[in-house]
Parts: sequence; structure tokens; C-alpha cells
Amino acid sequence: MTKEECKQRVLDIIADIAPDEDLSNLKPDVRLRDQVQLDSMDFLDIVMELRKRYGIEVPEAEYGQLASLDSSAEYLTPKFNALPAKP
Amino acid sequence: MNSRGQYDVAIIGAGLSGLAAGVRLAHFGKRVCLFERHNVVGGLNSFYAIDGRKYDVGLHAVTNWVAPGAKGTPLGTLLRQLRIGREELDLCPQRRSRIAFGPRGEAALRFTNDFAFLEAEVAAVFPRQADGFRRLARLVRETVYSPASAPASAREVVRRHLDDPLLEDMIFCPVLMYASAWEHDVDFRLFALMFRAILLEGLCRPFEGIRLILRLLLEKYRAAGGERRMKCGVRRIVAREGRARALVLDSGEEIAAAEVLSCIGGPETAELVEPAPAASPAPGVITFVETLSVFNRPPAELGWGEDTIVFFNDSERLDYARPEAPVDPRSGVICLPNNFDFGEGRALPEGVLRATCLANYDRWAGLPEGAYQAQKRAWFPRVQGSACRFLPPVAESELAAATIATDMFTPRTVNRFTGRRNGAIYGSPDKSLDGSTSLSNLHLCGADQGLVGIVGAMLSGITVANDRILRKA
Repeated sequence: MTKEECKQRVLDIIADIAPDEDLSNLKPDVRLRDQVQLDSMDFLDIVMELRKRYGIEVPEAEYGQLASLDSSAEYLTPKFNALPAKP
Repeated sequence: MNSRGQYDVAIIGAGLSGLAAGVRLAHFGKRVCLFERHNVVGGLNSFYAIDGRKYDVGLHAVTNWVAPGAKGTPLGTLLRQLRIGREELDLCPQRRSRIAFGPRGEAALRFTNDFAFLEAEVAAVFPRQADGFRRLARLVRETVYSPASAPASAREVVRRHLDDPLLEDMIFCPVLMYASAWEHDVDFRLFALMFRAILLEGLCRPFEGIRLILRLLLEKYRAAGGERRMKCGVRRIVAREGRARALVLDSGEEIAAAEVLSCIGGPETAELVEPAPAASPAPGVITFVETLSVFNRPPAELGWGEDTIVFFNDSERLDYARPEAPVDPRSGVICLPNNFDFGEGRALPEGVLRATCLANYDRWAGLPEGAYQAQKRAWFPRVQGSACRFLPPVAESELAAATIATDMFTPRTVNRFTGRRNGAIYGSPDKSLDGSTSLSNLHLCGADQGLVGIVGAMLSGITVANDRILRKA
């Protein structure tokens, strides 16, 4: 998986959690919180959706890695690539 | 989960908070089962039918109304967390409500879903208090609802900003009537939450009332894989070494679950635990009677088309407490459900007037059936008559001619259908704001976690599910 594909997966999750937000012009290097209304409960949901959909675990101490789309991709792409291939 | 475990989470009671918690937990893959003693869901916010006519209980209005698109509000959080679309809830705003004090409501503050309207009313009726009222509103906006701070008397806080006892009581009336398990006062954190919910934001309801909300929650819960067992109460929580080890159902069947969430109330939950915990929360004493009249025409045709909700009090001070008598008709709440703005071409099929007054559970609980029915018949006209003083006058004969059905519920009804001790609809005066109990894996949500009302109950279930179960997983 590329970092761009990873960003798209995160965006898909945010779109499901916050369907009332416009995500079309998000800047990848700016904190998500500064661009859309996301609170700590929404970040919990991003983490829970990553676990539910892809089996990816994000420990609470590392939630900060999800601050922007760029940092999310940096942090999550290796995790996606480490997932066992689907049979 | 241990070897004999069947569920990740068992939820005791299918009230709004338990349902909302169930939606969250099931959505994130927990194996969840709801156990409800009755055959309908909703708990304190439910419905019933007599002669094919459906009545809502609990819901007068949904609080926390904000215009679509408003960000960072409790309603927005609720919708997101439960994956409910704003349009699915079909929220219709109130027309206008009123706080009316004095023997005929001579002192009145009207309010809408635009806070500036109330600010102007306060400035017109209480010019000397206008600045203090603005300061109070600012403080309310800045107050964060948190278990970390200590309970505080809202009366003391509010008196730092308002020094007119009439205005103070008029502001407390909606907050106490819609939220407080304490007599005369309320925890300032809850005051701030409800001031915001009712006055800064506003009132609304789905056209279909509580049934729409319950149906939505059940659909989401079922779609997420949640299980539900109706007519299946929990009789006992078996405790060992500080944990809930098993639930014993009314049938005698034993259920094991890693975590247990209860929305049936603090004292009511503690009562199920065996061996009994060293301490348990005190049962509440605040309860109500409510009369319901159904009319063959909309209230507007009786001259009652302006008000959605009226909070009233005829006496010098507001006496929010358990009365000595079966009912205290001096103060209360009127709800005219027809007077929400349902939009062009939509109107409720019949007119409805609900009148709610403080009551004393003990004066209703012990009566033999015949005496109980007689007492209901005796109080019905007194409660409705007291409330009607605060609406434009209608001749008794005209009201009688318009009335096609009536009903009344009492604290005894509340106790019978919800199991709440004393029929206390706002629960115990001792809250567990973090949802903890005497057992490490038994958690409380709903009124005794501190949040009340439709929105409050659902947010309580969401918060407790998030903080005590999902975050830990």
C-alpha cells in the first residue's frame, strides 16, 4: 500500500464518522482538528474503526500520530503493509 | 471472556442510555445482550396504547436543539457517535415556550430556540438583572461537565449573578423540573448543562415522538449485531472478589458476561448485588403525576396555539420538593405537543394537553386498587385545572366538549413500569458521574450517572460505553 492509499482509507473512515463535514479540501500537512470539527470521541472512533475494519491496533499513547493525514500515513502505512495477506 | 462466558457485555435495562450504549458496543464488535424486564423498550421514555391511541411517556420535548450544520454541540456528538443522520431524527423546533409565575402567570418570560429572545425578555421584565443574566449565560457556556470537579449548589452560584429571587426561581423552574433529583437545588454542573440544553439551545421533537427515537436505536442496534431479550429481567448480580461474576435472570437462568452495564438506577442496581455492597446510593424522592387529555381539535382552536411548554408556579417561592400531600398542584409543567413546528401539511391527528406536577410516591404506593383509582379521579381535575390557569381561559363546558379521552400516570405507574424506587424519575440524589459502582466490571449509565432527558440519557450511554469499556479494550 502507498501512503496515498493509506490517506484515502483514513479519509473514508472520517467521512463515515463525520458525514456532515466537507473533506474535499483537507490539507494533508495540517492538523485534522484545525480543519474539521473532530473531538476526542471522534478520534476514539477513528481508532476503533481501524481495528474493526483492518485489525490495526493503535495504543492510546500513540493517538497523537493520527493528528494530520500526513502523520497518519507515516504511522499507518507500515502497519497496513505488515498485515498478513488475505488468502 | 472466561470459559463459561457468553457475552462481552450484558446490559441491564433497555432504557435510552442502555440502548445507546448497546449501539456503540455492538458497532465495535462486542458481543452484547440487552436484558429488559418489560415487553417494551425505552424505560422512563416510552409509550403505551389505550383503545388504539398511542401515548408518549417521559418525552415532553427533546432538548439541545440546534440548527442543522451547527458544530461542536451535544446533539452533533450524539448523532455522530450513534451514526444517525440529522434528517433521520426528524427534529421539529418548538414554537415558543414560557415560564409563568404568580397566581395567574402575571410574571412571564417567554423563550424560543433563539437565546437573544429570552435575553430581551429578561431585560424587559427584570431590567436591573440583565447584566447578571448575561454573565450567568457566559459562565454556563464556559462550564465543562466533568466528574473531576466537585458537586456545588447551583443556587449559590446563580445568586452571585442574580439578586432577584423571582428571576432566580423562574430560571431554576425549567432546570429543576426537567432534571433535578435534589430538592430545591441542583448540582451546578447539571444546572449548566440543562440551562444550555433548554434555554441556550432549545426544544424540539420528532413528529412521531419517542417512538421514532426508540425505533432508530433498535434498528442500529440490531444491524450492528446486538442481541435483546425482552420480558427477561435480571434478578441478581452475583459478586465475587470485587467483580460481577454472573447475572441471574428472573427465570433462574444464569448469564456470564465480562462487563455489565446497568441503566436501571444506582440504588436499584445495588439492590441486585449479592452479597450486598457496604454502601449504596440513596433512593430519590422527586416524582410526578401527569394528566393527559386528548381533544377532537388542535389546542390552537381552543386558543392554546402559542405555547409549546409552560413551566408554572403560583406561589411566592418555587417549592421544588416532595410534597406532604399526594400532589403539589401549585407548580408544574404544561406540554402541548401539537405546538411544535412540524412543517407545512403535517399536524398531529388529535390535540393533546399534558400537565405534570410534583407528587409523593408514598401517598400513592400503598393504596388498595379501588382507593388508588378514586384518588386518581380526584386529582385529575385539580392538576389539569391548576395548569389551565396559566393558559388563555377556556370555558369548562367547551373543554369538556372537546375532550375525547383522558389518562393519568402517577409515581406508582412509574415504579411499576420502570422499577425505579419511589418512582423517582431523575433517580438518586447521589450520582456516579464516572459510572463506577462497588464492582469493578459493573458500570452505571443513565440518570444515576448524572445525565437526564432524551439527549442526556443517550449521551450517558455513549460516554460510559466509550470510557469504561471501549477505551479499555
